[in-house]
Amino acid sequence: MNITENTEAQRLSFWERLYLPEIVRGLSITLRQMFKPKFTRQYPEERWEPLGSYRGRPVLVLDEDGERCVACGLCSRVCPALAIEVQAGETEREKERYPVKFEINMLRCIYCGFCEEVCPEEAIVMSKDYELVFEEREAAILDKEQLLVPIAQLQDRLEFLRRYK
Amino acid sequence: METLAAQLLIAAVKAFIVVNSVLLAAAGLVYVERRVAAWIQDRIGPNRVGPFGLLQPFADVIKLYFKEDLVPALADRTFHRLAPLISIAVALSLYAVIPIADYILIAGERVYLSVAPHINVGLLYVLAMTSIGVYGIVLAGWSSNNKYSLLGGLRSSAQMISYELTLGLSVVGVVMVAGSLDLYEIIQRQQQVWNIVYQPLGFLLFLVASFAETNRAPFDLPEAEPELVGGYHTEYSGMKFGLFFLAEYSNIVVASLMMTVLFLGGWHVPFVPQLPQWLGLQEGSVGMALFQSAVTLSKTAVLLFLFIWVRWTVPRFRYDQLMRLGWRVLLPLALLNILLTGLVLLVV
Repeated sequence: MNITENTEAQRLSFWERLYLPEIVRGLSITLRQMFKPKFTRQYPEERWEPLGSYRGRPVLVLDEDGERCVACGLCSRVCPALAIEVQAGETEREKERYPVKFEINMLRCIYCGFCEEVCPEEAIVMSKDYELVFEEREAAILDKEQLLVPIAQLQDRLEFLRRYK
Repeated sequence: METLAAQLLIAAVKAFIVVNSVLLAAAGLVYVERRVAAWIQDRIGPNRVGPFGLLQPFADVIKLYFKEDLVPALADRTFHRLAPLISIAVALSLYAVIPIADYILIAGERVYLSVAPHINVGLLYVLAMTSIGVYGIVLAGWSSNNKYSLLGGLRSSAQMISYELTLGLSVVGVVMVAGSLDLYEIIQRQQQVWNIVYQPLGFLLFLVASFAETNRAPFDLPEAEPELVGGYHTEYSGMKFGLFFLAEYSNIVVASLMMTVLFLGGWHVPFVPQLPQWLGLQEGSVGMALFQSAVTLSKTAVLLFLFIWVRWTVPRFRYDQLMRLGWRVLLPLALLNILLTGLVLLVV
């Protein structure tokens, strides 16, 4: 096998084989690149605002009549990571079921959004919250008080769900 | 000035100033490198530590000092410790002869700004010391008892020895034009016309060879990380690694200064060599020395930027391409340059 024929070097023109003009061309490209706008986001100061399609921390919707959840347990059932724990309770009100205990273990949650998809009441949705840091493992298990978010803050997501779900 | 003790004292003071400013310059260069790299890649670069991130290199050095100093179990401890010292000592000793400005008159005495001014083998000293710098890298690679380090060290020695020939031969033209190996003398001869005009090919060869000699991209094969992990300094951590790093950057500064001195006229201002006289600066005054230093250093800064700029533009050579370029292209061209210079000098 003769590998010396038709190599890359032989297909180049004389000026290309001299290297230097091509290097100068390359240098001019990188020099122009230096003055272009930067892509870096200066994170703690410049925060990123996600769109409605973003799946952040799952939260419980809190509307005017209180929590929407009826503790059917579907989210807990569908959760592939077994992150959700629900215990149902009863009241005398018209909507008689409510969750006595609703916990999401954020160390287990994989942000798949199945809980949101399966929820018949649109009671659990994925928020835009992406800064999830905990100082100890116990703190990563969020209870109902930490999960309830007023509906006004979730409008983007709810609109997204109504349009595309 | 009369006694040996006084001369030693003066030399020590100069050496102290030079060494510290070199280390500062190397630290600054690391910062500039990271900033320019970021800009070329549409990023911002380090901007958190201090104003504009200027204190980043110092933060890095502090980090390096606090790191654990690991030595591989089967490494040759003596040479493992010696190798970074050789690298940094050689890199710093180069500055002894490099002139940044002319003399200052203090009490009728001419005080030169470099530690060893007017050595009649100045250029030879620089070439010889850069050759010794290879030992640091080879010993580091060998003593680490690691195949990647060894391969990195071997590659480096082969590369540096190959390109040293070109480096040495490319300055022969300058020596022939100037008729001296004294760096001060070489600068004085360039007052009207810089050597780059007489020696364009020599300058180009010196530029390429010094990229290879300082292990910079596109010739940074000794530390080709996809193939050799970290190259010769794979097994170095903490400030020992930091010393190699400093030596590398200090070598880049030396290469740029040498190019300024040999080809770009040192402290002479282009087109208007009489500019300092018009500004009313006296020969031998402190103002003159400052002016000359500023001229030399700004030329050097441009070359330093070139080093960084090229690194983030040109991809790394393959090893066989590197050797072919060194032996079959650059070396014959260097010899041709000497031949042409000789013929021209003979005719003129």
